[in-house]
Amino acid sequence: MNIHTYEKLWLVGAMLLIVGFIATVTYGAVGVGVTMIDDSEETIDPTQLDEDERFSEPRVEQVGENEYDVYVVARQFMFQPDPIEVPAGSDVTFYVTSADVIHSFSVAGTNVNTMVIPGEVSTMTVEFDEPGEYGIVCNEYCGSGHHAMEAMLIVQPEDEFELEEGEN
Amino acid sequence: MSAYIDDFPEEAAVIRAAFWSSFVALAIGAFFGLIQTLHRTDIVRIFDSTDYYTILTAHGVFMVITFTIFFLVGVFTWAVTTSLDRGVESLRFTWSWYLLMSLGTVFTAIPILAGFVDSIDMSADVLFTFYAPLQAHPLFYIGLTMFVIGTWLAGADWFRSWWAWKSENPSERIPLPTFMVLTTMIMWYIATLGIAVSILAFLLPWSLGLVETVNPLLTRTLFWYFGHPVVYFWLMPAYLMWYTLLPKFAGGRLFSDPLARVVFVLFLLLSTPVGIHHQYLDPGISEGFKFIAMTNTMFLLLPSLLTAFTVVASIEHGARQRGGEGYFAWLGALPWREPAFTGMALAGLMFAAGGFSGMINAGMNINYLIHNTLWVPGHFHLTVGTAVALTFMAGAYWLMPQVTGKPLASKPIALFQTVLWFVGMTFMSNAMHRAGLLGIPRRTAEPQYEGFEFQAAVGSVAELDAQVAIGGTLLFVSAVLFLWNMLITSFNRPTETLPSNVIPEPLSGSDDSPAVLDNLKLWTLIAIVLVVLAYSLPLASIVDRGGLFGPGGDAFPVRLSPTLVAQLLVDTVQEGLR
Repeated sequence: MNIHTYEKLWLVGAMLLIVGFIATVTYGAVGVGVTMIDDSEETIDPTQLDEDERFSEPRVEQVGENEYDVYVVARQFMFQPDPIEVPAGSDVTFYVTSADVIHSFSVAGTNVNTMVIPGEVSTMTVEFDEPGEYGIVCNEYCGSGHHAMEAMLIVQPEDEFELEEGEN
Repeated sequence: MSAYIDDFPEEAAVIRAAFWSSFVALAIGAFFGLIQTLHRTDIVRIFDSTDYYTILTAHGVFMVITFTIFFLVGVFTWAVTTSLDRGVESLRFTWSWYLLMSLGTVFTAIPILAGFVDSIDMSADVLFTFYAPLQAHPLFYIGLTMFVIGTWLAGADWFRSWWAWKSENPSERIPLPTFMVLTTMIMWYIATLGIAVSILAFLLPWSLGLVETVNPLLTRTLFWYFGHPVVYFWLMPAYLMWYTLLPKFAGGRLFSDPLARVVFVLFLLLSTPVGIHHQYLDPGISEGFKFIAMTNTMFLLLPSLLTAFTVVASIEHGARQRGGEGYFAWLGALPWREPAFTGMALAGLMFAAGGFSGMINAGMNINYLIHNTLWVPGHFHLTVGTAVALTFMAGAYWLMPQVTGKPLASKPIALFQTVLWFVGMTFMSNAMHRAGLLGIPRRTAEPQYEGFEFQAAVGSVAELDAQVAIGGTLLFVSAVLFLWNMLITSFNRPTETLPSNVIPEPLSGSDDSPAVLDNLKLWTLIAIVLVVLAYSLPLASIVDRGGLFGPGGDAFPVRLSPTLVAQLLVDTVQEGLR
């Protein structure tokens, strides 16, 4: 096959670019530790969330000295609990599931972003360095009231944070 | 030396019909696009926000299914008949796939448009992706199935032409344009299997009430099995025109036949086993499968990067034939007054920009930041919305006279139209990308929230909204000018002085291409193996976890039921009281 010299050079350059992209993504996963939403959780019947120990009462729960679990239910057209209050500087693990259709759980302006699929539970662990208020939006179309689906995430200063009993 | 219609008058009639079906869809889609840009940005809201999703569904389906695919079946028919220099084997068969596609479109359009009329209990506000458990009227799924079967028959038509030609020319290489059509269609057959299984085994029986539940992750994965290669189905006819017509317009010929064949083989192999990159943020799919999809996706950059080289080299060759000189001065020697050339060149330029934003989407971890934000439609309005759509419009300025025998109504307006599209898209797409970085979601009627505001680091949300609205308006005007030109052209007087329908031979011709490139059976086999490798384990895992029909859950027909309206009212009142 007759390939022009310039074209060969271009081909080599293109391959280097591609391998470079794969390398940076791999570094992001292994080096920086950006893990993907995965299949670590069991499936769940979306019509039976009331009987599920984790999702019957959507809530924030302290599970370690600096570790919190947040159980979130997304449904047409709200998130529960709302607002979600967590302390700054802790490991916060979100468990999010849907009671009806496909939604998302997306904290605006951050990389906290996951699809929420009925029957599946999305988990992700994040740390908020600074106190502040963030908007949570559903960024997957979920029906005619989709644009009204929002909630707030309030990151409290570490020393002011207090978990209310039975909060939901 | 004659125009297409002189050699193939009967085929020209089919192509005209396909083009007009495409243009009608473009007209409706463009109008809905304008409404969306004005609605989202809260500049003019003539529809209720609940109807926004009807408009959005129609915009998506009419633009990326009807407009693109009707146009490309016309282009493919032109390419096959021209390059084999023979008519279709049976006109009756050709018309029958066209009619099946048309009927499918009408069937799909009825439930979508019925969404505007509250008194008709029928709707399909499920958007282009129709993710279950949102449920459309059965007619929506039936229409889509008919449309896809129509495209399968169209492919069979072109294969039939090739087989007939081959039996008469046993030792000849497959002519390049026909090669491009055949490889694209093999890719399409493999890709549409996903949507066929999703609709026929799950969504259609479910919408008819024959099965109770579906597995939303499974139907979603089957959608994306189809949903990525479909973008290459839109793009390949644009590539075909960049490889065959653009060098001709530039005054030269294609740089390399072998590389063009390699590019189309690579697209056949790599277009499908990448769909999971649309599901990086899906629960229920392991990180390993996502990583494999990511690496495949990155390698899919290769054929596009090769195309960039070959197309630019071919254009430069054309410019030098026209007397262009110097390192960059040759650019001035190109026929910039020709709308067909300028439109395609601008489309190619914008595709480069779209390629870069696509690399961000493909980056598994950085995708968290922009997934399902306005960045994503910003990206695909550069690719399908410009690289494809503008190339099709530019191509129509040359092809429409070929299939009607009538000269283009106005070349200056055509030239203005292509530039206007480019400018409008620059405003709209750039602002959409930036808005996506702030976290502003896509597919939302009112991205203005009660509890918070999006913070722009540079500029402001109002400025971004203004750019989106201005860009959308310019694009709408551009589409109207295009349609006007096509309409007037159709009523023009026939002329004898059309350019001849000849595709020049490449500089490095098919003799330089290894014969193995034409071994379509081999490439089909490898493509299937790659798909099996990429998809068998993820699909098995999804079915194993959630079952074929899912872990349970109700269907959500997207109709405005009284209870839903009541709940929305309650929500709004509660918000107000808070």
